[in-house]
Amino acid sequence: MDDLQRVIRDYVVKEYLEEGDDREVTETTPIISGGIVDSFSMVSLKRFLERKYEIQIPDADASPAAFDTVASIAALVVRFQKKA
Amino acid sequence: MTSNATPTYEERLAGFDWSISERELDYHPGDRINIGWYCSDRICAQGKGAKPALLWEDHQGTERTYTYDDLRLLSNTIAHYLRDLGLEAGERICLFLDRVPELYIGFVGILKMGGIAQPLFSAFGEESLHTRLANAGTAAIVTQRKHLGKVRKIRDQLPDLRYIIVVDAAQAPLQAKEVPLALDALTRVESLEVYRSTAETPSVLHYTSGTTGQPKGAQHVHYSLIAQYLTAKWVLDLRPDDIYWCNADPGWVTGTSYGIIGPWVNGVTQVVLDSGFNAERWYKFIEKYKVTVWYSAPTAIRLLMREGAELAHRSDLSSLRHLCSVGEPLNAEAVIWSRETFGLPFHDTFWQTETGCIVITNFPGMPVKPGSMGRPFPGITATVVDPRTFEPYTEPGRVGLIALKPGWPSMMRSYWKNPTAYEGKFRNGWYLCGDRSSIDKEGYFWFVGRDDDVINTGGHLVGPFEIESALLEHPAVAESAAVSKPDKINMEVVKAFVTLKPGFSPTVDLELEIMNTIRRRLSPLAMPQEIAFVDSLPKTRSGKIVRRVLRAQEWGEPIGDVSTLMEE
Repeated sequence: MDDLQRVIRDYVVKEYLEEGDDREVTETTPIISGGIVDSFSMVSLKRFLERKYEIQIPDADASPAAFDTVASIAALVVRFQKKA
Repeated sequence: MTSNATPTYEERLAGFDWSISERELDYHPGDRINIGWYCSDRICAQGKGAKPALLWEDHQGTERTYTYDDLRLLSNTIAHYLRDLGLEAGERICLFLDRVPELYIGFVGILKMGGIAQPLFSAFGEESLHTRLANAGTAAIVTQRKHLGKVRKIRDQLPDLRYIIVVDAAQAPLQAKEVPLALDALTRVESLEVYRSTAETPSVLHYTSGTTGQPKGAQHVHYSLIAQYLTAKWVLDLRPDDIYWCNADPGWVTGTSYGIIGPWVNGVTQVVLDSGFNAERWYKFIEKYKVTVWYSAPTAIRLLMREGAELAHRSDLSSLRHLCSVGEPLNAEAVIWSRETFGLPFHDTFWQTETGCIVITNFPGMPVKPGSMGRPFPGITATVVDPRTFEPYTEPGRVGLIALKPGWPSMMRSYWKNPTAYEGKFRNGWYLCGDRSSIDKEGYFWFVGRDDDVINTGGHLVGPFEIESALLEHPAVAESAAVSKPDKINMEVVKAFVTLKPGFSPTVDLELEIMNTIRRRLSPLAMPQEIAFVDSLPKTRSGKIVRRVLRAQEWGEPIGDVSTLMEE
């Protein structure tokens, strides 16, 4: 897990895992289909990424599939960092 | 597609009486009627004990199968367990669970022991949970370890709460009031004295949000079964060999009326996927279990549309024969897309927590007018009334309030501990749904919008008062207003307008912090998807915040009369 993935993972664990939920989150853990982050909460995760990495992720690219793992989110961030 | 043998809407309508349902269920007025017994023991007594009642799978691919005999025995076991704890008939027992088997079986078990089942969406935060448990005076909550943190935070503020029942405690240390329920480890109870409930015995308590005040508990009774059975059979077109999938979580009324009661009282096999949204996974799930009838929601359909038809075509979906939708108006594009993609239209259905069953619908076989809600279910007298006189409009096309003549079997009997709010739902002999619609010349209803400030996001009603109250508890927030704003996927989402206290500045960090605070305290649904920091909010001269001005701005609608507003 690289630094970017670690930051995303840590944020997901801190913000979205409930207290007492001891599931391990790795770069491939399904976080949307696995029920950790729902489609409504995705908006706050997107907002966090946009602020932290000074990027804009268009809604069309912020699909549940694109946000389903730490690895796919990190890839999305890298993609839009390059565009910025 | 529906077979030629399916009666038409007009044939169903002719001479309709709810006694049709009573006869099919062998129920006679005055008899005992227990939903739990009807959903399990009665199906087994019909010789279908070995038939699967529930095919369950989670996001990791773990599979479980429960036959109707399993359902009978395990619901007996849970009922017996609850009685052994000293829980009694009439007490409220909350189910605060993900879509695990214990949720579905527990619901049946609670009804069999005479308890009032109170399902709550497991994504609710501690404040939403506390509000609903405190109002209901809930005696026990059934939950999972992952949700215990929220329950523990509020348990000491709930004097009526005697038990916190943990279904996956395993060896985890438990605290005060907490007891384990390891369903697989318990000896199955063959024989149970099912509670002798009658038609008006309370059965289910579902909380729903309004414009003012805290959420209200719509209280239903066992006789609701009469409507839920027949609407599931006729509208969802459930047949003995169907494999049925309802996407709704039983924390909401669709997930109980048609995600537990409807299929099981009809002796149908249902499938449950305890997983978040993933389009490919959903299609593979339909293919794997050969789902025939699918009850979904516009938000889910629009998410599927976004992923494209090509993804759908990669799975074999030929088992599907009937599709329905509920929760919010189904847009015409979604109906057309489903026709092109699945070869079948989604049939929109309209109802609400208070009605307990589908009341307006596109019947199987009835020509679907894309974008229309359909026509009233037989036995339901529905119209639109003038918002001032509450008299029905007689000419087609006029927009008024959707109104139902009270008296169908599954209508709520009251709001829990709130008879004033209940009485406020009736005018001139009509029950008012709180929605606006018109009716065309052929009797089809066309949804226009809500008649109040309630926000319908992704098919779930969210009350602005609850959000505003939570916003005001944030140290930076001086004043707040929550309204809906348009959204391509969820139809509406929450937008909050906030004025800040001196010393606080509007920053992205503050916006994110407020969003996450609301999500944790209330629920993801209630979290504002956008926060506008403003200098002031529109108010009446008496100082009341006027949400309609903000809402109109969001929707690009006329603001209306502003003569009573305070000048800034």
